[in-house]
Amino acid sequence: MSLAKISQLAGTGVYVAGDDVDTDRIIPARFMKCVTFDGLGEFAFYDERFDANNQPKAHPMNDPQFAGASILLSGRNFGCGSSREHAPQALYRHGFRAVIAESFAEIFFGNSITLGMPCLVMDGRDIRALAELIAEAPQSEINIDITAGQVGIADVTFPAMIPSHAQEALINGRWDAIADLLEGLNAVHATADRLPYMQKA
Amino acid sequence: MGKTLFDKVWAAHTVRELPNGMTQLLIGTHLIHEVTSPQAFGMLRDLNLKVLYPHRTFATVDHIVPTDEREEPFSDKLADAMIKELRKNCAENDIKFFDLSSGHQGIVHIVGPEQGITQPGTTIACGDSHTSTHGAFGSIAFGIGTSQVRDVLATQTMALHKPKVRRINVNGKLSPGVYAKDVILHIIRMLGVNGGLGYAYEYGGSTFDAFTQEERMTVCNMSIEGGARVGYVNPDQTTFDYLRGRPYAPAQAHFDAAVDQWKAFASDADCTYDDIVNFQASDIGPTVTWGINPGQAIFIDENIPALADLPAKDRGTAEEAYAHMKLRPGTPIKGTKIDVAFLGSCTNGRISDLKEVAQHIQGKKVKPGLKAIVVPGSQGVSAIAEAMGLAEIFREAGFEWRGAGCSMCLAMNPDKLIGDQLCASSSNRNFKGRQGSPTGRTVLMSPLMVAAAALTGEISDAREVFGIHG
Repeated sequence: MSLAKISQLAGTGVYVAGDDVDTDRIIPARFMKCVTFDGLGEFAFYDERFDANNQPKAHPMNDPQFAGASILLSGRNFGCGSSREHAPQALYRHGFRAVIAESFAEIFFGNSITLGMPCLVMDGRDIRALAELIAEAPQSEINIDITAGQVGIADVTFPAMIPSHAQEALINGRWDAIADLLEGLNAVHATADRLPYMQKA
Repeated sequence: MGKTLFDKVWAAHTVRELPNGMTQLLIGTHLIHEVTSPQAFGMLRDLNLKVLYPHRTFATVDHIVPTDEREEPFSDKLADAMIKELRKNCAENDIKFFDLSSGHQGIVHIVGPEQGITQPGTTIACGDSHTSTHGAFGSIAFGIGTSQVRDVLATQTMALHKPKVRRINVNGKLSPGVYAKDVILHIIRMLGVNGGLGYAYEYGGSTFDAFTQEERMTVCNMSIEGGARVGYVNPDQTTFDYLRGRPYAPAQAHFDAAVDQWKAFASDADCTYDDIVNFQASDIGPTVTWGINPGQAIFIDENIPALADLPAKDRGTAEEAYAHMKLRPGTPIKGTKIDVAFLGSCTNGRISDLKEVAQHIQGKKVKPGLKAIVVPGSQGVSAIAEAMGLAEIFREAGFEWRGAGCSMCLAMNPDKLIGDQLCASSSNRNFKGRQGSPTGRTVLMSPLMVAAAALTGEISDAREVFGIHG
């Protein structure tokens, strides 16, 4: 299984302000009644974007200026709550290819990397500055450099942090761990054999 | 130098270091349910992979099951497709399934311990963030996404980055009317909803030593709400006594030997932690949430904080919370009218929760016009409650007595709030829309506080309602 090496990303951005954006908000539980992830994209942030009559509300993701955005910006503790992979799956299938936030909940972060959707941490002031630049020129291209740990727009560059294990996994095309894990099966059996509770009764 | 339980369990389950520096960690026990597993089985089929250790995966159905009309096919076709898919995947892969007809179905985090599957010194994973519950037994238990469910099915391992360990001590005796739920809500309130990011929480101190196994589960359950993916308590005699005789616990002949092995996993007296935080039990009061995350919590006799009372970094979320909850900053939360009372969930749907409430509500009545439901965490809990006469006490008091499942904690089944109803809930999340209506409002609290609200029709101090004196 060969995966893309993700070291650079480019696209336009959209800023969804707020801290502690939880995974119930990213994908409400009622849309998880499915046996595949197909079709989740249209339900990303559904209750934030649509009212009880399915009419669009004022939301940056409904604003035609930001249509086609592939980089999502938000605040602190993004993706907190449930472990549902449906959340990053919905964002990815909506068209997002990277998320930039002040911090990320751990499970969301891992789930996103496994999809090849980098999560980068930026200082809150820098995120708001970047959001202002996007608001001024919504179709400006944002360039994300995973290797250098930088996010650029026009002639401005911001430092962005991604933990080294995730950075390596993305750059080397090993962001989905399954191939690495399968390579270790002999060692898995050896480890399991040492643990009494792993043995068949 | 001594080691923590976390270090010992991690070392015993380390398979190897991966090229990117992460650890390939053996996951000894895998729990699955209908919502986050079907896609994983689909991925296995696509990759032509098999389940590596079928006898180490256990399944049940909890999120989508109706709690009233439980005959199949379910009226919700999507829910019906999901239970059938799980049943098929378990049959095809030789996985033990605690199905509706088994008498042992229930919320996965209640079934695991009840069956004795959850054991000290083990690693556990489940596609659900409240998997941290199982840490109450001195296991390290991770909530995982669906791709990792696939990883565990195919390789019995996951790629993980080792977290730091924070010791959280709570010492002293809790005041009457203060419960394990209040302890964890207080910890989250003080350390923040992202305070545990990058940490595993080790809970200890004399309060935890005195806790029952079920109280420890309530605390560990909500670790993730404080940002910590893993939370655990060192195993002790309370743990071993709980496990003895359970179906999947080591048989009697081997049990004492197992206990010796389990004891060795407990953190050493001279171990060091990356961080230590101390709380006094006597400082903790009955706690309720006022906002849209579990850290937005106050004692029942406090006022909802005004913007000026909050640190600048918390004000944005607070403003969102005021707007969603329709509560006035600076005013008491006590006396807020409720529409629904929900007693259940993997946090507080165990037999001890139901016993505690039942002994106080006997002979009393739910406020007329209010919807009050009790959803036992498992069919096992339900059967004990029926046998003890607790179910009858709830019914007589005007509660609806339901079948086991997650129910209104996340409302993937027909149990949902309507419009902007306000729910006094013993569950774990008060996120916007969590209980099934985008404008629905959730106030988290202990089971007895839910009962107090159900009787009075408003958020109340259970100590006053039930005459509990310190």
